[in-house]
Amino acid sequence: MTRYAMVADLRRCVGCQTCTAACKEGNATPPGVQWRRVLDIERGTYPDVQRVFLPIGCQHCDEPPCLEVCPTTATRKRADGIVTIDESLCIGCSYCIMACPYEARALTGAEAYAFGDRPIASEAARGTRPEGVATKCDFCAARIDAGVARGLVPGRDAEATPLCANACISGALSFGDRDDPEGPIARLLAENRWFRLHEEEGTGPGFYYLWDREGAP
Amino acid sequence: MSGARGGRRQNNWDLRAAGNFIGGGTGTGLAVVAAAEAFMGGTFRAALVLGLVLTGAGLGLVWLEIGRPWRAINVFFHPRTSWMTREGIMALLLFPLGILALALGEAWLALAAAVAAVAFLSCQAGILHAARAIPAWRKNELVPLILAAGLAEGTGLALCVPGTEPFVVLLALAAGFAREIAWGVYRGALAEEKRTQAALAAFEERPARLARAAQWASLALLVLAAALSVPALAMAGGALAFLGGAAIKAVLITRAGYKQRVALPAVPVRGGGGRANPASAR
Repeated sequence: MTRYAMVADLRRCVGCQTCTAACKEGNATPPGVQWRRVLDIERGTYPDVQRVFLPIGCQHCDEPPCLEVCPTTATRKRADGIVTIDESLCIGCSYCIMACPYEARALTGAEAYAFGDRPIASEAARGTRPEGVATKCDFCAARIDAGVARGLVPGRDAEATPLCANACISGALSFGDRDDPEGPIARLLAENRWFRLHEEEGTGPGFYYLWDREGAP
Repeated sequence: MSGARGGRRQNNWDLRAAGNFIGGGTGTGLAVVAAAEAFMGGTFRAALVLGLVLTGAGLGLVWLEIGRPWRAINVFFHPRTSWMTREGIMALLLFPLGILALALGEAWLALAAAVAAVAFLSCQAGILHAARAIPAWRKNELVPLILAAGLAEGTGLALCVPGTEPFVVLLALAAGFAREIAWGVYRGALAEEKRTQAALAAFEERPARLARAAQWASLALLVLAAALSVPALAMAGGALAFLGGAAIKAVLITRAGYKQRVALPAVPVRGGGGRANPASAR
């Protein structure tokens, strides 16, 4: 069974936001909406402080709270674990936004472009985005599907891999099938110590954060 | 409507959403009063009409808030898990039953409308409880508070309606004390968690403190009204019970309803070497 997941190696992320830019360009998200963000967090107390860059977005949970609350069934979970939004069903009630513990969702507004009154190439290619609906990262599902249809392997072949993982300059972001024992996700999770955000909520995020080597003192 | 051009991240629901919870709660309390009055042989129409109007007004405010109001029918698509869908279904039951009760004057129809109203309010409590991103709402202790608060607000407002039966003072008093108990339990639950301290702080600000003072004053006035049988005291106490409850609910939705932030369970141990992404090494 395929279960797509993403891994962010926090030791490698330099907070360059290239993933954010690649997502924004490729998915033509509206101004004010970022599916992939990188939080810049300061931890500790002077002089013992540390900056942590935390790539964040939809965690594609096993038990998505957004799906549970959605009154329209616009939010769905695919068999491969990717959580999607059917924009033609969504009524923009924002309940999913209130339910998502990861602040992954946004609400679209009136049509607007990144630069001025005319769409840039990616915005023109995307077409008109519905106003007043919820929006979020979908792990570049269309890209994955197209790649898989061509026999490519997500996470191994760039053309079947989410744009943010492709763009990551430090190799911090990895994507793939978590249930593939030979794949990069399973290896990274086996070799490193990791956590998932808000694990106590029982959502079962499909986004893992590496923070140390397995077996390190 | 969604407002901002392009799009925006949303951090809380606004007063329109609060209006739905105020209207739904108060409307439910009024429907319960109407059912009680109907069974006691009194006139119940005024309370029921007001209850239906307030509940409908609350739903209307939500309709104004959603991004695609002309698709509102889609709200009925997910009864299996969504409390918002269930709220809509209960509204579909409540309004026909209420209108039938008004038209036919039957006590049992008023009772059925009251049952649907309580179910509707339970769904509203479920809506808040299922909003997992919001620490102050996902507390189990919020559910009884929403139910008790709705009854206290509705029975209180009923006392301001001319012709309300005298025994409603006792209902309002009981609901008011139930709200006090539920409030105390809820506040205790908020105090136990670090993430809900800002919600507690919101309830310590002046608007919330004034609202709480109004609730205490309402209880005192209702006790006096019950003891002395003075309608003016009952009316004043009822008005304060409603206004105080509405104000607290507005604070609960708009100020205490903030989303939790990211909490890092560990920080990266840098300098360990090793390649993370095999694909990136090509």
